[in-house]
Amino acid sequence: MDWITTVDHKKIAVLYLIAGGFFFGIGGIEAILIRIQLMKPMNDFVSAQVFNELITMHGTTMIFLGVMPIIFAVMNAVVPLQIGARDVAFPFVNALGFWTFLFGGLLLNLSWLMGGAPDAGWTAYTPLSGSEYSGTHGVDFYTIGLQIAGLGTLIGGINFLATIITMRAPGMSYMRMPMFTWTTFITSAIILFAFPAITVGLVLLTFDRILGANFFDVAGGGNPVLWQHIFWIFGHPEVYILILPAFGIISEVIPTFARKRLFGYSSMVFATILIAFLGFMVWAHHMFTTGLGTVANALFSISTMLIAVPTGIKIFNWLFTMWGGQIRFTAANLFAVGFVPTFVMGGVTGVMLASAPADFQFHDTYFVVAHFHYVIVGGLVLGLFSGLHYWWPKMFGRVLSETLGKWTFWTFMIGFQLTFFVQHFLGLMGMQRRIVTYLPNQDFDLLNLVSSVGAFLMGVGVILFLVNIAITTRKPADAPNDPWEDGRTLEWSIPSPPPEYNFKQTPLVRGIDAYWKEKMAGHTEMTPAEPVGSIHMPSATPLPFVMSVGIFIAGLGLMFSKDDFHNAFMNGLFNNYIVVIIGLLITFGAMALRSLYDDHGWHIEPEDQDEKGVRT
Amino acid sequence: MMKQWQVAKRILPLLAVFSLLLSACGREDLSVMKPQGPVAQGQYDLMKLSITIMIVVLIIVFAIAAYVLIRFRRRAGQNKMPEQVEGNFKLEVIWTAIPLLLVIVLAVPTVKTIFAQGEDLSKDKNAIQVKVTSHQYWWEFTYPQYDVTTAQDLIIPTGKKIAFELKTADVLHSFWVPSLAGKMDTNPDGTLNKFSFSAPNEGVYRGKCAELCGRSHAFMEFKVKAVSQESFDKWVNEMKAPAVLPEDTQLAEKFKTNCLSCHAVGDQGGPVAPNLTGIGGKQSVAGILLNQGEGQEDGNPVLDNMKEWLHDPQSVKPGNTMPNPKDLGLTDEEIDGIAEYLANYKLDYE
Ligand code: HEM
Ligand SMILES: [Cu+2]
Repeated sequence: MDWITTVDHKKIAVLYLIAGGFFFGIGGIEAILIRIQLMKPMNDFVSAQVFNELITMHGTTMIFLGVMPIIFAVMNAVVPLQIGARDVAFPFVNALGFWTFLFGGLLLNLSWLMGGAPDAGWTAYTPLSGSEYSGTHGVDFYTIGLQIAGLGTLIGGINFLATIITMRAPGMSYMRMPMFTWTTFITSAIILFAFPAITVGLVLLTFDRILGANFFDVAGGGNPVLWQHIFWIFGHPEVYILILPAFGIISEVIPTFARKRLFGYSSMVFATILIAFLGFMVWAHHMFTTGLGTVANALFSISTMLIAVPTGIKIFNWLFTMWGGQIRFTAANLFAVGFVPTFVMGGVTGVMLASAPADFQFHDTYFVVAHFHYVIVGGLVLGLFSGLHYWWPKMFGRVLSETLGKWTFWTFMIGFQLTFFVQHFLGLMGMQRRIVTYLPNQDFDLLNLVSSVGAFLMGVGVILFLVNIAITTRKPADAPNDPWEDGRTLEWSIPSPPPEYNFKQTPLVRGIDAYWKEKMAGHTEMTPAEPVGSIHMPSATPLPFVMSVGIFIAGLGLMFSKDDFHNAFMNGLFNNYIVVIIGLLITFGAMALRSLYDDHGWHIEPEDQDEKGVRT
Repeated sequence: MMKQWQVAKRILPLLAVFSLLLSACGREDLSVMKPQGPVAQGQYDLMKLSITIMIVVLIIVFAIAAYVLIRFRRRAGQNKMPEQVEGNFKLEVIWTAIPLLLVIVLAVPTVKTIFAQGEDLSKDKNAIQVKVTSHQYWWEFTYPQYDVTTAQDLIIPTGKKIAFELKTADVLHSFWVPSLAGKMDTNPDGTLNKFSFSAPNEGVYRGKCAELCGRSHAFMEFKVKAVSQESFDKWVNEMKAPAVLPEDTQLAEKFKTNCLSCHAVGDQGGPVAPNLTGIGGKQSVAGILLNQGEGQEDGNPVLDNMKEWLHDPQSVKPGNTMPNPKDLGLTDEEIDGIAEYLANYKLDYE
């Protein structure tokens, strides 16, 4: 019950982590099934229909329900602490964001149980995703599930923007913000601009499918290529929504374990902003073969290649952060230093793809599959592993086992390289993507087998991580404030896990790497910027949960509003939009309650502010 | 221009090594790395240039990383904090400028190739015009200059430029012959794509659909067969000759009513399904069941393939729109009879 009503950013972080981990597991199982099917030519482990559902759900689940929430988990756990805040700007809204994400994700995955998952690829290109060619409710689950989950993401992004703009501790100017907070800030800004595009796209597609509109139907005056533009105007920035937080994590972990401040901090900030900006200018590089014409292809080729410049700045800054340092190879840092070359691999193949005539060959082949997995898995997932090992003690008061952590790293890393390196060659040898099987004797057999074996090894790595968590959870929560001893930012100045109110007294920030600066000046804690006093806290409330349940019900109702249930009562309920109305009434009712009933929260008085953390 | 050339000169030896490495992979009739025509060659040259640049970048980054990780690991007893370096303006300018330079080196030939390969040949009298129409899950090729339509096997004369106009009859597909040229999507009316390629050498090249198009996307393969100009002209004539029907008149009648309502042979039948003229001599049945022949290690006799298809089209290509002949009321013997007729229906043009 406590967990359903909580509005504490630290607990919401844990909720995001559990839910994201759950969906990541589902996406991982789907990946393994895909790789079993492709292990040998003309395999019939799954049918063509199930295969298309597997790749669609694997991609959709991993991106929207797996890694995004885990990113949000880390952001929620860390950002308020890094800027010296007691919570996010709108704790209630934060909880709402989590619950809408969760119910959207559950709705999407219900499709497996309710007559067919979406099967048109995670990009859901029309007309294949239209009701004429995708007759099950699969794509309806996609449009409505993602719509609800996306709402949560948008809410979360806006909340972080407000938090970072308004709630920084005294003295923390923008150019003193830790890099992870910076990337969260920029990521949230991208979310703010990119998510409305997918929202509109999904609404249009829903209208086409459920209400018979013609936005993407040529016969009705629509245009299927329009969907591609809408999708990628969102979809390309989405890639940067994913990778920038990983950049942030790496920028925290490497300095800590090299015992040096980040090299070229201001150029890092500048590069991040530039990447975000360019990220919006290059969407059509996913569409070179759509036939945009020579001029458009030339312009998008060049603008895409330009992204290599700010990315290069980052890579070299990380390398030179370590130059002259004293590097410790903890598990967290192994993932971080493993990230750098792996991500560079993904980056260089990205530049290759940017050359439009060459992309005519690369596009929709395993070369592309290899490229984006190098970026998303080799970049983001390694980054997340690094961040989780790094901040685990702060979140839970327990340090993860280093030995198991290193085992996780090596199995995952080796498995990853086996899986995806060879896919570059498969693509060049003529293997297109999203194919359920392939004929023998095309030289595809061996490399596919290698790739599948690698995937199993990655699976082992993930399981080792889960084992590590299980073992660690049973140990006492006795981590010190600054378990790595070289912590540089504010979160390391408070207990692990932090008390409910984070900072008893808001700290005074005197420079970049605020806590490190105090330590070097011989202090053991931050100088407070305010006297000890009564701390105002927001009240727990079930309303965000209730609102999300309402939206979930309305979504299901809408989806089945045209169905014939062979049952007068059910038909009456669904076909007259009564279920939709009930769902919306629940949501709006909860909103009304929230606005009519004034809740001023509560206070923690100084005598109740004990030093050690409340368990989160 | 001069500068670009000098950079190119320096990386030439590297280029040679990598192209050797790369070209070790894949079948000649399928691999991007073994281009068989000028368009694919141009694209491959760009790939080699970019790969070379990228490998140079990788080597530099990996070398610095390896050096740093070995040289600056923390040793026991190191307790003094290392010097905290803020940054280095000069260094940072260098690693902004160098990538920018590399991007320019790649961007110039890229843009050149884009415009060179984007040439519109649809009005060119010397080019063979081909209209490609993709269907779930088969390919239709129409030659408006000759008034000929075929399916699955695209026959072209060597050396001639083939100017394509692509469209789809249903969902999006993508037309791809890796060893001859990169792919191009087939859009519905309104945004038709054009492109062209040519094949200097005689041979059969494997083509694929590269855009997810439904359940049998993986099975939507086709072949490009490049033959001499003479053979091509002969083929056109043969295609235009009157239809050959089964000798057995009863079987012929069955074939006409049940099959020719959608398919066509010669001057008879309809355009809904793949044109069957000369199907017995094609590279495959249904694009995916390879017939015995050169370069088709797993090929089966065409008669076996034909029977497999006709007895259960759904199991070969799930979701395809051909009705099962059994459901049309044909007996097993009749199906076998039609299979035999089709398997023997060959055009003489090579
Ligand atoms: C165990 C790790 C993984 C393996 C073995 C794996 C494998 C695969 C395979 C074989 C495909 C199908 C390629 C195709 O034919 O289109 C695929 C697609 C995809 N994967 Fe992964 N993957 C893994 C992890 C991830 C992760 C962590 C993400 C993202 C966070 C991800 C994102 C995607 C996306 C977006 C697609 C495209 C789906 C589509 O075509 O609609 N994958 N993956
Ligand atoms: Cu296809």
